Amino acid sequence: MATTNTKPKARGARPIIGLFAIILVLFGSLAAGNKWSDASWTPNLALDLEGGTQIILQAVTANNEPVTSEDINQAIEIIRQRVDSSGVAETEITSQGGKNIVVAIPGKPSQETLNLVRESAQMQFRPVLFFGNPQPVPAEQTTDQPETTPGPDGEITGDNADEANTDEAPATEESPATEDSAEAPATEETPAPEEPAAPEEPAAKPTNNSDLAWITPEIMDEFKALDCTAPENLKGGGGVADPAKPLVTCEADGSTKYILGPMDFAGSEIKRASSGLEQTQSGATLNSWAVNLEFTKDGTRAFREVTTRLSELPNYETWISTPNPTLAPNMFAMALDNLVIAAPQVSIIISDGKAEITGSYTNESANMLANQLNFGALPLTFEVQSEETISATLGSEQLQKGLLAGLIGLGLVVVYSLVQYRVLGLVTVASLMVAALLTYGAITVLSWLQGYRLSLPGVAGVILAVGITADSFIVYFERIRDELRDGRNLEGAVAVGWDRAKRTIIASDTVNFIAAVVLYFLAVGGVRGFAFTLGLTTLIDLVIVFFFTHPVMTLLAKTKFFAEGHKLSGFDPKGLGIAPTRYVGRGRVAAAGQPASNAPNGKRLTIAERKAAQEAEEAAKAEELASVGLDNENPIDAKDGDR
Amino acid sequence: MASKFSTWGNDLYTGKKSYDIVGKRKSYFTVAIICVVLSLAVLGIKKVNLGIEFHGGSQFTVTNAHSTDQQLAIDTVTAVLPDEQPRVSNVGTNALRIQTNALDEEQVIAVRDALMKTYEVTEDDVASANVGPSWGKDVSGKALQGLVVFIILVMIVMALYFRAWRMAAAAIIALFHDLILTIGVYALIGWEVTPATVIGLLTILGYSIYDTVVVFDKVKENTHEITEQHLFTYAERANLAVNQTLVRSINTSVVALLPVGSILFIGTFILGAGTLRDIALSLFVGMAVGAYSSIFLATPLEVALRMGEPVIAQHTQEVLEQRAARKAGGADQESDAKDPSVVSVGAIGEQPSATGMIVKGGHQGNRAQPKRKKK
Repeated sequence: MATTNTKPKARGARPIIGLFAIILVLFGSLAAGNKWSDASWTPNLALDLEGGTQIILQAVTANNEPVTSEDINQAIEIIRQRVDSSGVAETEITSQGGKNIVVAIPGKPSQETLNLVRESAQMQFRPVLFFGNPQPVPAEQTTDQPETTPGPDGEITGDNADEANTDEAPATEESPATEDSAEAPATEETPAPEEPAAPEEPAAKPTNNSDLAWITPEIMDEFKALDCTAPENLKGGGGVADPAKPLVTCEADGSTKYILGPMDFAGSEIKRASSGLEQTQSGATLNSWAVNLEFTKDGTRAFREVTTRLSELPNYETWISTPNPTLAPNMFAMALDNLVIAAPQVSIIISDGKAEITGSYTNESANMLANQLNFGALPLTFEVQSEETISATLGSEQLQKGLLAGLIGLGLVVVYSLVQYRVLGLVTVASLMVAALLTYGAITVLSWLQGYRLSLPGVAGVILAVGITADSFIVYFERIRDELRDGRNLEGAVAVGWDRAKRTIIASDTVNFIAAVVLYFLAVGGVRGFAFTLGLTTLIDLVIVFFFTHPVMTLLAKTKFFAEGHKLSGFDPKGLGIAPTRYVGRGRVAAAGQPASNAPNGKRLTIAERKAAQEAEEAAKAEELASVGLDNENPIDAKDGDR
Repeated sequence: MASKFSTWGNDLYTGKKSYDIVGKRKSYFTVAIICVVLSLAVLGIKKVNLGIEFHGGSQFTVTNAHSTDQQLAIDTVTAVLPDEQPRVSNVGTNALRIQTNALDEEQVIAVRDALMKTYEVTEDDVASANVGPSWGKDVSGKALQGLVVFIILVMIVMALYFRAWRMAAAAIIALFHDLILTIGVYALIGWEVTPATVIGLLTILGYSIYDTVVVFDKVKENTHEITEQHLFTYAERANLAVNQTLVRSINTSVVALLPVGSILFIGTFILGAGTLRDIALSLFVGMAVGAYSSIFLATPLEVALRMGEPVIAQHTQEVLEQRAARKAGGADQESDAKDPSVVSVGAIGEQPSATGMIVKGGHQGNRAQPKRKKK
């Protein structure tokens, strides 16, 4: 049956070539990544293997409100900002199961870093009392003319026209809307003190949150010393700032530093924030982006009070051109995690709790601000669920021994399949090796591109995959054997057996893959790494069976060694209880399991003799069927039931 | 040995040798129920030994210790904190793990320093962990959630693939059997239940079903259009399927158990307490039980469920009646029955004859030829 037809041979070989092309691409990109990027030849290890500290935080809201994934992402962003600027390299912060945040810090982090991670973040709305350039001011030279600071982040406008001046319809950034407050020009006449007025009368009680009397000399010193160009001052944290006291802090991007008054209200008063294209009063859509804010009932009241107060104050231009302002500017700051994320001006009183922050926002920056504000709406505190330091030596020992276990397991599987399937077992071994190559390549590339890290449960998943991958081959091989028993030649058995085995393999792999996906998306902790490798190796199993094992079998079925059922081929007809189909001369082919001539003495039978023999056989068969009650003719395979 | 094994496999395949597994399903059900009850009893008496991830606590790991004497660690901890009853286990070749109740930061430092002194190691070699009590709850909550979602998805997939919800149901029942038994064995051995154990248990979900799918696939194939013939009952064809896949089941199980067994071996005897060991034990038990249950529980269960289906029940009855008739009447009656009588549906007395029907897939030779009427 080993015909030398070139066409099917090429068809058989093509998937194998394709598979090796994939592997080449995989390792080629790794090599390229190694040379020109930051890829490495080994996968990154998770903390349990590499050593380090892992903290699992659970996000908790004050009133058990549901936490959205945006909140979690925002929280992760905040933690990342804190940790990154404290100089810990390679910290990995991920969300897990929609509610947890896993912070994995390699090595031994300081207590301070750990504290930074655990702290909760809150959003506070505070009036801006004073602002200036980000650099620290030398003690003597207090030329605090904040004129070179970048402009305010934007401007708050009301959604409704009820109280707003209609002249700000085009809503340009520096709209001169309510500049009519009497105090503003007055400040220009008092050039004398270089600092805000407050320090002159430290005893004076501040009358409201925007009162410059909050700025005590200590606060001023702190302000002067603050360097917002230094990254360590931009990490936020430090706990939730006391809402009753002024706060000296930086803009999150380090462009400005501020003295903020006490908190007017907390971020939790935000009902929702969203970004969108700016709209004019008449409803026309402008081509600039804005952030829309909506407050809760209490927030609306508080915001009305704040805007009433702030709209009286000098606007940005007036304020910075005032040498020694006695009044705060009409800006208020949204401080998230003790960093100012935006400090827009307020020029009108907004009483309906709906505000729009306009300015030079892009789609992206508007979206980001909206997200940050939304996070403020749901202040999260972090509950430490587990905190674990893992020593590197222990991890490496576990990895070594784990891999050893894997190798032993692999060896046992190889031995078993060689015993069971003889030379055919080599196909299993080769397939397993290709699978191993593919798995290693995939994991390494994923670890390079996606930041995947191999954990101990992940290693277990890979080892388990050896069994699952070998399973598919067994299902397939047994199928081929079944077909051989039904009297097919090997080529036919491979083709038909594959047809059935394929379905079984896909069905069972689907089940495994579902398990992996469910585990991945619903599980926490180490379960994820395991689920990931399980899913990955299940996919690889399918790829290998389809693009390697089956094509190889198709090719092998054409070889003399296998087709004739050599003793060691694993298709030994004796072992399978059948004799191979063979040509017995004179245009006759002996079917599997039948002798070349129908008579025991080797002579040709007469027609009558043959008929008698056939009848006897049939009778015996019928009897057997009736007594055993089982059919040896598979309904599906009956087409060639030639007995 | 191998050739004997494959001869045996061959006999199983052709039906020459056959184990009546489906026929004796009642006894297998009894065995399963006893096992489940025993497992539950073990769980009730012994309780699972929950790791600190589930009740919270502090954990210290001393690596590179010059001695792995556990008593030394207990003494060290009790010297610092007299009220504590630390649990100590060996990890790896030269490391110890000490677990206590939840400690505050000061206590952690005190214990760590004491351990450093006792085992003559540096600060780098003593790792500590604090686990809040909600962590394990979260893990098990999620695991439960995962279980439910998985079962629903698998029910859908299997019902679609096999076009029979009873197969899905049987597979799921077998799955629960596997899970309960595994937990029971785990409790019996008394190892700590850690998140790694939960991982192992969750993997059994996939594996148990995987194994069952392989067997059911053959059942489905063998019982394809079963009602078109009247030689064999559904149960018989299903039993043949189990027998035919027996070799396959044994081979797949052995091959899957080999790597897991090697992790378990290395995990138990070299690594000691830890992730690999915990995963491996639950996997090993689960897989072994899963392989058993897919043969001895899932298929008989599926047949039992199928018997409740009117079509199958009626078919079985017909087959048995006709077989009895054949046996009683012998060859004579058989030829009588060849009359291609038109069957009126619903009349139970007038069953369609066995050979009058076209036996699906069987070549009938001259029996298919028109017959001269006797009489």
